[in-house]
Amino acid sequence: MSHSADNHINPPEGWQGYNCHNLAIRGARLFDPELKLDMVSDIVILEGKISSIGPIPKDFGGDIIEGKELTVCPGLFDMHVHLREPGYEYKETVQSGCLAAVAGGFTGVAPMPNTNPPTDTPATVNFIRQQSAGTPVDVHPIGAITAGRKGDQLSEMAELNKAGVTGYSDDGSPVPTAELMRLALEYTMMSNSVIIEHAEDTSLSGKGVMDEGAVSTALGLPGWPSIAEDIDVYRCIRLAEYTGGRIHIAHLSTKESVQLVREAKARGVNVTAETTPHHLTLDCTILEGYNSNYKVNPPLRTKADIDALIEGLKDETIDAIATDHAPHAHDEKEVEFILAPFGMIGLETALGVVLTKLVKTKKITLSRAVQALSNAPRKILNLPVAKIEVGAIANLTIFNSDEKWTVDGTKMLSKSQNTPFGGWELTGRATGVVNKGIAFVRRD
Amino acid sequence: MQERLKHSIIDAAGMKRTLTRMAVQILEENEGTENLVLIGIHTRGVPIANRLSKIISTLEKGKTVKQGILDISLYRDDYKTAAKMAEVRATEIDFDINNCNVVLVDDVLYTGRTARSAIHGIFDFGRPATIQLAVFIDRGHREMPIQGDFVGRSIKTSPGEEVRVRVKEIDGVDEVVLVEEYDDDERGEK
Amino acid sequence: MSELVLNHLLGLQGIEPSKIYTILDTADEFLKVLDRPIPKVPPLRGITVANIFFEPSTRTKISFELAEKRLSADVVSFSKSGSSVSKGETLLDTVRNIEAMKIDVVVIRHHAQGAPLFLTERIKSAVINAGDGSHEHPTQALLDMMTIRGHTGGFEGLKVVVLGDIAHSRVARSNIHGLKAVGADVMVCGPSTLIPRDIEALGVKISTDVDEALDWCDVINVMRLQLERQNQGYIPSLREYQRTFGITKARLDRIGRKIVVLHPGPMNRGVEIDSNVADAPGSVILQQVTHGVAIRMAVLFLISGKERTDA
Ligand SMILES: [Zn+2]
Repeated sequence: MSHSADNHINPPEGWQGYNCHNLAIRGARLFDPELKLDMVSDIVILEGKISSIGPIPKDFGGDIIEGKELTVCPGLFDMHVHLREPGYEYKETVQSGCLAAVAGGFTGVAPMPNTNPPTDTPATVNFIRQQSAGTPVDVHPIGAITAGRKGDQLSEMAELNKAGVTGYSDDGSPVPTAELMRLALEYTMMSNSVIIEHAEDTSLSGKGVMDEGAVSTALGLPGWPSIAEDIDVYRCIRLAEYTGGRIHIAHLSTKESVQLVREAKARGVNVTAETTPHHLTLDCTILEGYNSNYKVNPPLRTKADIDALIEGLKDETIDAIATDHAPHAHDEKEVEFILAPFGMIGLETALGVVLTKLVKTKKITLSRAVQALSNAPRKILNLPVAKIEVGAIANLTIFNSDEKWTVDGTKMLSKSQNTPFGGWELTGRATGVVNKGIAFVRRD
Repeated sequence: MQERLKHSIIDAAGMKRTLTRMAVQILEENEGTENLVLIGIHTRGVPIANRLSKIISTLEKGKTVKQGILDISLYRDDYKTAAKMAEVRATEIDFDINNCNVVLVDDVLYTGRTARSAIHGIFDFGRPATIQLAVFIDRGHREMPIQGDFVGRSIKTSPGEEVRVRVKEIDGVDEVVLVEEYDDDERGEK
Repeated sequence: MSELVLNHLLGLQGIEPSKIYTILDTADEFLKVLDRPIPKVPPLRGITVANIFFEPSTRTKISFELAEKRLSADVVSFSKSGSSVSKGETLLDTVRNIEAMKIDVVVIRHHAQGAPLFLTERIKSAVINAGDGSHEHPTQALLDMMTIRGHTGGFEGLKVVVLGDIAHSRVARSNIHGLKAVGADVMVCGPSTLIPRDIEALGVKISTDVDEALDWCDVINVMRLQLERQNQGYIPSLREYQRTFGITKARLDRIGRKIVVLHPGPMNRGVEIDSNVADAPGSVILQQVTHGVAIRMAVLFLISGKERTDA
């Protein structure tokens, strides 16, 4: 039985909550690519820290999670989510978003500031962080680059940094001018923080709703050409190179942008990049039925782009996988394609999609997948990394790499159901997370 | 549905004799070819009307009879519930039918619904003096107050049976046969 | 018995050639019906058709209404301007109302690409696309094809140019799909800024020289130029468009043989087509309008033959 009498631990239905005063996982595969750890062993957690790796002591009196067939890795971190609170709680709240993160195996998320009000003051940062109480998820808000996300002048970035913000973005929109981007890069050098750019030259993407090419031409839908991303990516790279500031490209989607980042990294530019599970697995031909669940910004691209993204992920041109989890209410998506909002949810499917479509198919290794989903994003945001070693804070993800399951939007813990993966048969699923002194484990 | 032959009713020679008699009756009733119009109903009413017209022409020393074709698919009364696409075929009535004596020609008279539809169709082309109905076979089972004015042969049938009037122009043979319909699974086949 | 030809008519992309021919053949018969003393037939008695136009279009709407009345359908029509719809009732609300009113066939004109498909996924009524954004306008293309066939006899190897704003034209897309399906050779011609990227994937030739296109073709279908394309910067001026791409008598005289010139209307006279071409003896443009009624009758007739599951 569980010792989790604490009121603040509120596992979702179908999940078991534990506190980590005294918890063990028996006989799981412990997998930490950065420590080159890959062994089957018991692991004991005392007072929220890993106290031993090896057989559980005979006199152990705490809860034991049976780890047979399970893998334990450093806690997954999603550096690009939209939790919609404050302002759009009908789509998602910090709480529901954290539970969705748990269901997907994430122990940390970085919510983007396009809320109402936007995250441009320490008060909003603290509010968002507090809303995650009682969950095993670290919520690390991204601050707005510009005041009110208006694209006019810088937000009070130093104040935000004092409140713990280490990454800034106007995600949803690009920084409108090169001059403003230059100032942002220069200003954040003081705290060694990172600027996260939603790369889009809006004069080129215009009213575009999907990748421009043969499919958009046949569907008669306005195109969002790949060059609109590439041009902004190049602008960011040159500005970072010139100023010495740190730039991170959000949701990279085109093969040309992968090459731009690759070349910039070779020159030593402070540039990092992420891509998403949907850009790694879905191409724009899927839009032929005008299903608004596939409408996302940047749009789904071509098979050639997918291949380039996977190659970039493999050679670490692309550092991280982030979901761009973007919940929208059913009635917002249940409209004409051109009127539907951009975005798809991703927290609960990311691990399964990556394991099924990239790892099982041997396109990338499990090590690379775990890195890109856990500590790579933490490093970009200057956050302490999660490790499986004695003395470290227990920040762990438990998953079953062989569990077969079918994605069903209606069964998600997110408040919204706009998944592009509905009906997909996946192999590999998060079983539980351990973090912040508590553990949530899926009951069977 | 499959069908199997029950028995033959009329052969080629019999058909010729019957058509000749019908032609004579039509002439007699209408007192010659003046104002006489033969309208064949798609599909097999068309060749039958052709033959009647030829016989009449021979009997009347080369006088020709005006001839038209009517497709009744636009006038069916079961269109909304028929689970099949009705094919629209050519309707050709390239002359004025006002005050004419129109003889509708069809192969089989059964429920009377086709004749009803045809009468409806004719009125979209004008107002004839009379409309008469010539059918090669009357097999009974009427659902409408309609009767044939010129009937080649009346036969008794049961609803499970079908009368097939076959003509050279379409079927390669002149004959009338009675067939029986049965479901595929009666033979235990899929 | 012959198979049901159409459940819905959303577009001509991917349509079987046999279906196109069935529609054209049926329309030829309805054209004769339109010439009868009483140009009306009863097959759609008891069938209710709703014309829902979210975009203003007098011509297409009248054409559909006439076709429906010629077939004796019960007809309800409603038009909504785009702005009032976006404020209040959504497409989904409209859809639910249609469901509740037990309408057999919905004819929809909508500014959003894919809106007719959206309806088919949510209601039981048969749906006819009367134009969805810059996606497709299948009945227009079918009536163009009916007119083309009437003047050329067939499509196999026929060279057809679609001229003008290809990027934003649903008529152009439906023409390309329909004509390609029956074996015609299609070329698009217009300013490069109005020819969409990767259009060659639809199997068409591309030209930006209208005289070259005229030399090549048997038929030219002139698209209407939306005058706002100038303000949007796609073309520098209407004057330059007229001089570079306008179909003039001089241009047609130069090629020294007769070609068929179509225009879906409404025309910008003196921009994409000159009046002395549009109104010339033998111009087929008004014939297209008549054919429009026949084509729509054929499509309505073939679609209404479908047995609805809850009919
Ligand atoms: Zn973004």
